[in-house]
Amino acid sequence: MAKIRRNDKREMPALNTSSLPDIIFMLLFFFMSVTSMKEVTYKVQIQNPQATELTKLEKKSLVRYIYVGTPTAEFRKQYGAETRIQLDDAFADAKEIGDFIINERSSMKESDQGLMTVSIKADKETKMGIIADIKQELRRAYALKISYAATQRTSY
Amino acid sequence: MAKKIPQINASSMADISFLLLIFFLVTTSMDVNQGLARRLPPPIPPDQKIEDTDINKRNLFVVKINWENKLLVQGQELDVRQLRAKAKEFIANPNDDANMPKLVEEDFGAPFGMVKYAKDHVISVQNDADTQYQAYLEVQNELVAAYNELREECAQQYFHKSYNDLDEEWQKKISKIYPQKISEAEPKNYGGK
Repeated sequence: MAKIRRNDKREMPALNTSSLPDIIFMLLFFFMSVTSMKEVTYKVQIQNPQATELTKLEKKSLVRYIYVGTPTAEFRKQYGAETRIQLDDAFADAKEIGDFIINERSSMKESDQGLMTVSIKADKETKMGIIADIKQELRRAYALKISYAATQRTSY
Repeated sequence: MAKKIPQINASSMADISFLLLIFFLVTTSMDVNQGLARRLPPPIPPDQKIEDTDINKRNLFVVKINWENKLLVQGQELDVRQLRAKAKEFIANPNDDANMPKLVEEDFGAPFGMVKYAKDHVISVQNDADTQYQAYLEVQNELVAAYNELREECAQQYFHKSYNDLDEEWQKKISKIYPQKISEAEPKNYGGK
């Protein structure tokens, strides 16, 4: 004879979520390892130019960046819409690059100083005049290893 | 009998780690830093005058970019897409053309043997102050690509391997056969457009 169930309303067992933190931590570590900290907050707008023969910049600690572009909307009132150079967190003049490089270089280990790479992150619409100025300043400061930041081109 | 220890409530652990995750997502950037690596020439001492070094005309490959981003290659207008082939032809000079760089024969040892190569060629890039950065970079890119392709072909010919998979010693030899010589003109003020 079949047993008659008296209590039809069974309680749903609580879902075991004890492994959820582990999963999230795994995600967290994944993101921590594949991403990099933003170097600075951009004050200039930069759209990378495209190229195909790219090499990766290996050691982050040896790379210094120079940003070139037009100021973002919030700074446009103050600085105008002309192409500007940004070093670290501030707008700068091309003439300040020399000091910047020398400062940065002296803060590095002596064995690394010769390996310093300067990455020029410039907007693709930038005129070459300003890039030529930057290059001259870099030459004067003996920062000869440079890299033009670009994104991989997928099609013509 | 030992008292049962109550389990610690860990349900908020997930929230905490979510918070951390989101924090890292916001503060980090995914983009890998890639770029076209170049080397600048050392500065000229101020007491030294800029002299036009005498380069045999046949060894010189001139690429000019004007303010409209148009190219003038060896006196001819050219599309940037054709530049790579033209540069490769110039660097390798397979037919020993009298208008292309002089080939010098040198012994590179096994497995290369005697190799004829354009030792003294120079590629000169000149641009206007109003040239767009993108156009300039494209030209640089095509020229670097020309060298890379030639080196790759050389590696395939002698080793049947990709250039990047070769030992450093062989890479050095191949890069000596195709030495990268892209010179950039000292910026001049031409005055106006």
